[in-house]
Amino acid sequence: MLLTDISPLLSATTAGESYSDFVRSYLTVAIFGLLALGMVALLLGVGSIIRPNRPQPGKYLTYESGVDPVGEAWPQTQVRYYIFALLFVIFDVEAVFIFPWATRLDSETALVDSSGNVFEILGPYGSYGLVKMLLFIAVLALGLVYAWRKKVLRWM
Amino acid sequence: MSELIFAIELAYWQQTLIKVLVAAVLIPTTALILGIVFLFKMMSWMQSRMGPQEAGPRGLLQLAADGLKFLQKEDIIPDRADRFVFKAAPVVVLASTFLTYVILPAGPDLIIENLPTGIFFAMAVSSLSVVGVLMAGWSSSNKYALMGGLRAGGQLIAYELPLILAVMGVVIQAGSLSMQDIVWAQADGSMFGFGGLGLPFVITQIVAFFIFMVAIQAELTQPPFDMPVAESEVVGGFHVEYTGFRFLFFFLGEFATAFAFAAIAATLFLGGWWVPGIDPNSALANIVGPIALFVKIMVVAFLIFWFRFTYPRFREDQLQRFAWKYLIPLALANITITGILVVVL
Repeated sequence: MLLTDISPLLSATTAGESYSDFVRSYLTVAIFGLLALGMVALLLGVGSIIRPNRPQPGKYLTYESGVDPVGEAWPQTQVRYYIFALLFVIFDVEAVFIFPWATRLDSETALVDSSGNVFEILGPYGSYGLVKMLLFIAVLALGLVYAWRKKVLRWM
Repeated sequence: MSELIFAIELAYWQQTLIKVLVAAVLIPTTALILGIVFLFKMMSWMQSRMGPQEAGPRGLLQLAADGLKFLQKEDIIPDRADRFVFKAAPVVVLASTFLTYVILPAGPDLIIENLPTGIFFAMAVSSLSVVGVLMAGWSSSNKYALMGGLRAGGQLIAYELPLILAVMGVVIQAGSLSMQDIVWAQADGSMFGFGGLGLPFVITQIVAFFIFMVAIQAELTQPPFDMPVAESEVVGGFHVEYTGFRFLFFFLGEFATAFAFAAIAATLFLGGWWVPGIDPNSALANIVGPIALFVKIMVVAFLIFWFRFTYPRFREDQLQRFAWKYLIPLALANITITGILVVVL
C-alpha cells in the first residue's frame, strides 16, 4: 500500500499528532482503568445502603459442597501445563518481534518529529525482510517440532 | 476527534468526561444486550423452551431485574479469604474490559482513543482479565476456585498465541496496528480490481478468522472451552465464593468482553464501521458507522453463542493439544503464506 492511500488517516493519527497528544491518549487509557474502580465502588456503595447484613459464622465458611472444609486452604497443586507455560513465553516474545515487522512488510512508514512533521518515509521491507522473518519463524517452528518429538506436548 | 461531531471545540477534560460517561453507560448495556438476545432468547429458542417471560415485555427486562436482585444480596467474604486480593479481583477483570473498549472504532471520528498500537494494546489488556481470574481463584482459598483459576491460566497460555498470531495476518495486509487504519485499509482495498465492496479481510484471511473465532471462544471461557467455570466439575470455578454484586462484576466483565471481542473480530475481518457505498470521509459515516458495526458485532456474537450452545465441553488436555498441535502451526503457516503472497503479488 502506498502512503498516498492512507494519507487521510495519517493526518488523523500519526502525522498530525504531537508528542503531548500521544502521551495524553495514554492518560485516557489510565482514566478508563480507574473507571472500573469507580464503577465497582459506586455499585457496591449503592448496594451497601439497601442490602441486609446479618452475620452468622456459617456464612463465612469456605464452600466445599456443603461439608465442613477439609485440610489447608491452599493445597499443593500440580500445575500440569507448566511445560506449555515455558513454551508460551518463547512464542509470546516471538509475537512481539513479528508485530513491528508485520506493519512494515508491505507498507510505507512515516517517521514524524515531536511537532508532527514527516521527516522521513521508510519503504516496505519487501522480499529481503520476508526471507529474514521466514528464517526466524522456521527456527521457532523447529523448536515446536523438537518439543513435539520430545513428547512434551502431552498432558502429564 | 469529537469536535467534529459536536461542531465545537472541547477541552481535553470535557472530551474525556463525555467519553467516560458514554462508556460507563454503554459497556454494561452491551453485556445486557448479549445476555438477553443470546443467553436468554436464542438459547431458549434453540432448546425448545420459553425462556424468561415475566419481567417486562416478553421478559426483556429479566437481566435488569436480576441486577437489582443482586444489588440486594448480602456481601459475604469468607473468613479464610485473602480480603484485599479477593476485593481487587473483580476490579482487575472490569478494568481489562473497559480498557479493551478504548480502541474500538464505531465511526471515522467515533473512537475513544485511536492509539497507534491499537490491536496490540487490545490483545495486551484483554489478557489482563486472566490475572483477575487467577487473583479470584487464589484469594478465595477454596479448592474449587483455585482449580478453576489455574484452568483459566492454562487456557490463556494455550489460546493467547493463536489469537495474536491470527491477528498478524491482518496486520501484514493493513500495514498498521491502529484499528482505524485497519478499517481504512479494508475500505481502500479492492477485489480483483473491483473496489466497490472494498476488501473485508475475512476473504483473504479466512484461516485467520477461523483461528481467531476459536481462540476468542476459549479466551471468553465460553463452552466448549468453559473448563474454568465448569459447574459439574469445579462448581463455577474461580467465582464460587463470590456473592451479590461482586459476582455480577464477573458476569458483566465476561459478556462485555464478549461484545468487545466480537467488535474486534468485526473490525479486523468484516470491515468494522465501514459500509460499502458510503464515503468513509463523510459525516454520514459517523451516523451509519455505529449501526453497521452493531450489526456486524451481532453476526459475530451469534457465531460465538451458536458454538456455545451446540458443542459439549472439551477436556483440559484436549484443549492444550488442540491449541499447540493444530492452531499454532496453522497460524504460523498463515503468517508465512500471507507474507509471501503480499510480497510476491
